[in-house]
Amino acid sequence: MDWDVLRQYAPILLRGFGITILAWAFGTVFGMALGLVISLAQRYGARPVRWVLQAYIEVVRGTPFLVQLFVLYYGGPLVGLRLDALPAGLVGLTIYGSPYFAEIFRSGFDAVPPGQAEAARAIGMAEPAIVRRILLPLGLVSALPALVNFSIILTKETVILSVITVPELMYQVQRMSTETFRYLEANLVLALFFWGLVELISRGGRRLETRITRHLLERPGHG
Amino acid sequence: MADASSVEIRGVDKFYGSFQALSAIDLSVPPGKVTCLIGPSGSGKSTLLRCINFLEVYDSGEIRIDGRMIGYDAPGGRRMSGGALRRMRQSIGMVFQQFNLWPHMTARENVAEGLLRVRRLRRAEAMARAEAALEKVGLGDRMDNHPARLSGGQQQRVAIARAIAMEPRLMLFDEPTSALDPELVGEVLGVMKTLAGEGMTMVVVTHEMGFAAHVADRVAFMDRGELVAVDTPEAILTRPEDPRIQSFLRTFHERNSF
Ligand SMILES: Nc1ncnc2c1ncn2[C@@H]1O[C@H](COP(=O)(O)OP(=O)(O)OP(=O)(O)O)[C@@H](O)[C@H]1O
Ligand SMILES: [Mg+2]
Repeated sequence: MDWDVLRQYAPILLRGFGITILAWAFGTVFGMALGLVISLAQRYGARPVRWVLQAYIEVVRGTPFLVQLFVLYYGGPLVGLRLDALPAGLVGLTIYGSPYFAEIFRSGFDAVPPGQAEAARAIGMAEPAIVRRILLPLGLVSALPALVNFSIILTKETVILSVITVPELMYQVQRMSTETFRYLEANLVLALFFWGLVELISRGGRRLETRITRHLLERPGHG
Repeated sequence: MADASSVEIRGVDKFYGSFQALSAIDLSVPPGKVTCLIGPSGSGKSTLLRCINFLEVYDSGEIRIDGRMIGYDAPGGRRMSGGALRRMRQSIGMVFQQFNLWPHMTARENVAEGLLRVRRLRRAEAMARAEAALEKVGLGDRMDNHPARLSGGQQQRVAIARAIAMEPRLMLFDEPTSALDPELVGEVLGVMKTLAGEGMTMVVVTHEMGFAAHVADRVAFMDRGELVAVDTPEAILTRPEDPRIQSFLRTFHERNSF
């Protein structure tokens, strides 16, 4: 172990990790938001809308993230879409994650028993209120474990942003490797950082799950 | 109840694909009266009940609440608008076999939800009315409980409170006690009896023959999508003429005796 090299590269590695976290958070939040919109539009939209969205889901899920990034970053300017590396990476992650999030939300909504919405319809509640007050909260609860799981998968997709020169952790680790030939140290840092991040997310996810399902579980003997 | 609704069902058919679930149903429910729907499993009781508030779409015929047709703007006409349907549903309460309480809300919030989102009452007033409805079904001490912390009988009483808080003029019950342990059936039937005594128009799908015999004004017997007979509880339950009713009651008594 060469601690001096590590100390020397610590600032750029940390900055890289910061950008990794930013990319993950951005991709998760906006990918989820886009996925939610897609899943709702698929549920309530007109047939042509549903058809277009299904095509979008198939295309994005059916192509590697690397290819999507290349198309966005290098192909974008051909149609007048000129993005810097980081914005291109953030947009790319959002698009990449959206169909998976959409499918997770769809199955979350499907898991809500139809009687829940029926009871609301029977007292004269309008559909938007039913979505907001019944379908969303209950669908979210059943979707939560899968949402957390996919956001963990997204952490690891952020390393692909390095190929379009986004200076995230992978990019800096590669830079350190080629400049110092300290491959072992550099990749150990990479592994440790990711392990820490994933651990943090899954713990946070479990906590959130316990919190929001607190009232939903039957507790025999407390009736 | 000053203004209980009447229900008039005429010539109603309902198909699931090519399967006819309801055939030419005629039934009158006078205001302030209790009508029980009985019959074998799959005979169309739930389907008919759910057509009354248009949770289930009927294909022909007409269902009128206080003379106003529900679901369509005229017999054989176009579907009525969503807003008009929701306005009609506001005065029709429904209680389901599986309670269908919203598990993420407390008892009080379950009951207040319709007052807030449908009636658009102010929060304080909605809560006060919700509490009054819960008191009425004997759950004044359980208002802050979530459904998961209530027994089946208590959950079903919350569901009844949720319906009556909207001040309906008609109540529909679909086997309200079938999911309950036997010792919890009484508390729910008790609340229903009170409602009936106050002059609420009620249509009740039930296997509780005691309730049908003692509380109903009319009992309707259904078989294979047809309404076979409507008469007094006494006529249907103790001296039925139709052999289908006789055989239903026979198997029913065999199952419930020991
Ligand atoms: N969504 C549906 N699609 C197809 N067939 C249906 C549907 N809902 C009900 N049916 C059929 O319609 C018939 C009447 O059903 P319904 O639920 O009204 O019976 P029921 O008298 O309430 O029976 P139970 O006592 O078991 O509740 C049954 O044969 C049932 O299989
Ligand atoms: Mg039924």
